[in-house]
Amino acid sequence: MDMVNIKINGMDYEAPKGTTVLEAARLANVEIPTLCFLKDINEIGACRICIVEVSEKRGEAMGPKRMIASCVYPISEGMHIYTNTPKVIESRKKTLELILSNHDRKCLSCVRSGNCELQKLCKDMGVDVESRYDGEKTSFELDTSAAHMVRDNNKCILCRRCVAVCSKVQGIGVIGANERGFKTNIACAFEDDLANTSCVSCGQCIAVCPVGALYEKDSTDEIFNAIADESKTVVVQTAPAVRAALGEAFGYPIGTDVEGKMAAALRRIGFDKVFDTDFGADLTIMEEAHEFLDRVKNGGKLPMITSCSPGWIKYCEHYFPDMTENLSTCKSPMQMFGATVKTYYAEKIGVKPEDIVVVAVMPCTAKKFEIGRDDQNAAGVADVDYSITTRELARMIERSGIKFNELPDEKFDDPLGISTGAGVIFGATGGVMEAALRTAVETLTGEELKSVEFSEVRGTDGIKEASYDVAGMTVKVAVVSGLANAREVLKKVESGEADYQFIEIMGCPGGCVNGGGQPQQPGWVRNTVDIKALRAKVLYDIDSDMPIRKSHENPAIKKVYEEYFGEPGSEKAHHILHTSYVKRGLYN
Amino acid sequence: MAAKTCSIPFTGTAEQEAKLKEVIASHKGDKGALMPVLQQAQEIYGYLPIEVQTIIATEMDIPLEKIYGVVTFYSQFSLNPKGKYTISVCLGTACYVKGSGDIFDELSAKLGISGGETTPDGKFSLVDCRCIGACGLAPVLTVNDDVYGRLTVDDLDGILEKYQD
Repeated sequence: MDMVNIKINGMDYEAPKGTTVLEAARLANVEIPTLCFLKDINEIGACRICIVEVSEKRGEAMGPKRMIASCVYPISEGMHIYTNTPKVIESRKKTLELILSNHDRKCLSCVRSGNCELQKLCKDMGVDVESRYDGEKTSFELDTSAAHMVRDNNKCILCRRCVAVCSKVQGIGVIGANERGFKTNIACAFEDDLANTSCVSCGQCIAVCPVGALYEKDSTDEIFNAIADESKTVVVQTAPAVRAALGEAFGYPIGTDVEGKMAAALRRIGFDKVFDTDFGADLTIMEEAHEFLDRVKNGGKLPMITSCSPGWIKYCEHYFPDMTENLSTCKSPMQMFGATVKTYYAEKIGVKPEDIVVVAVMPCTAKKFEIGRDDQNAAGVADVDYSITTRELARMIERSGIKFNELPDEKFDDPLGISTGAGVIFGATGGVMEAALRTAVETLTGEELKSVEFSEVRGTDGIKEASYDVAGMTVKVAVVSGLANAREVLKKVESGEADYQFIEIMGCPGGCVNGGGQPQQPGWVRNTVDIKALRAKVLYDIDSDMPIRKSHENPAIKKVYEEYFGEPGSEKAHHILHTSYVKRGLYN
Repeated sequence: MAAKTCSIPFTGTAEQEAKLKEVIASHKGDKGALMPVLQQAQEIYGYLPIEVQTIIATEMDIPLEKIYGVVTFYSQFSLNPKGKYTISVCLGTACYVKGSGDIFDELSAKLGISGGETTPDGKFSLVDCRCIGACGLAPVLTVNDDVYGRLTVDDLDGILEKYQD
């Protein structure tokens, strides 16, 4: 690799040719602040926070010092870089003051107060007057149309991170910059409501928003009210990926497993039963593996594509409406869980389904859309009443005055808290496929697997392929996460270029661990740490420590089939655990 | 919020659509084809309503929002058809200090449209312009080729009256 000699703040360093000033400084352990920059996603040099002074060689002499945006400016041989001169700091401060001049500075009541990137930069750069340039202010109506989120453009700083993630990572692009100059605003085509577009509710825009312009619709008050209502039995379930990230909201390093403390916290908030969506995941595998084998044996539609991710489901309905028959008819684990609680469990405890409130804690914002879908009400009432994000749960814990870090590790309640290693890996890309293979292969061969680990489908790559010989049959599978990747694979399936039998698709890159409802990490962390890999490791570690690692060996699952559903794919199972889809299309 | 679409019914013909599709096909595979396609689409239809932008989005496999973002960024593109009479109010410095801002606002209120829009009956479009070289007559507006100067808001009803055919 060609190396280039540079000086940063008077010290000598070497960095690979082609590196940006920002990256070279980072390699030298000098952190330059950024705001709009997201590595590989939003590299547009727009916000000017990463400004530094550089002087470059002109022949033998050094040229004059110039101000450049370090995130997009490449280093050159002999370059002198100054990251902390008074001029640089003054420039950053002025930029922040100008951003503040058109920012709705209601910080005290802002959902991002305390983890706002703009707030931190203002503090770091010594911004001492909020209203130095108090000029004209643009005023925007809030877009509250979508089931899952709110856009408050009065707080938007036009960094365009949300635009970039929506169009590049997810391949959707329903939001963008409209108008120009002072009137510039991030919104949908023809300023339409987000709910009227092909937005899939994935919430990746919220995850990357540095300020309080984008946030989920909060259901925490309703849940506190339900808990306080003595006539209601309030049951909570937590998705696999939540335990891998909730700790981040309480100061734990990324990649800390807080399953035990989470269960303890939920109990102390006051939920009547603390259950685990992992049970729902095991149930999903029973149905989905059965459905797959049935499709293979009886000439059903292939490839079968997983249906756990509501963002992916809505994407398929909008962008590939002709492929909705390929979707597994299985409800997602969250919905299967809710449906089981309001039928089987309601009967078991002798409570009417309408007196049970099912709360789901999810790493996901699309789940807020999913709970309101048609055909998700097995007992005649909604399978799931409230779906909250990991962030909302953190808020509930704080509001309840629970010292999370001091909690003991506790277990989930029986029987719907019993799960397997197969259930917990659902939260990472490849996990659903691996869990399904563990059950499908053993069902097909009738023999016990030598190794339950299918390493080919693990890892955070956006597209993975593998092929397995099972009982004399070759099963070709693909595992995809991130919707731009899904589009690439589905185009190949449509054209006949790819001939998979089984595809797992998760809407968010890396799967649920990187979902739009997980605790937000600032740009400077996202740009340097592989968050999704660290969180996924938590789930695979839990799996490898579990005594039971196959869904069909879960004793609680066996019991629920014995006592209630009969066989996987039975008429009763179909009525309660399966659903249907809508062909939405685009621009209708 | 409701979608900000044009209140005048779209009257595009099959011929216009075929022509637009031909234009798009001729740019197939070109990088940066959106600008020339939009320019030619505006030549074909006179403006770029949601119906036209949706055809472009579908045919070019570009999100509708991206197209709308480009259309609203460049002042050369219009979301509304031009009315029979285009009222252009000069907001250049001389006219502005003589109160053309009030003239513009009053017209906007009288016609019930904002700048860049056209009345639902297709009669009037309202736009602002910069200096037209008649500063001695400030404040000035034009209706197609007719020039009106030394205006007050009280003159506006009389002017609009002349264009009732």
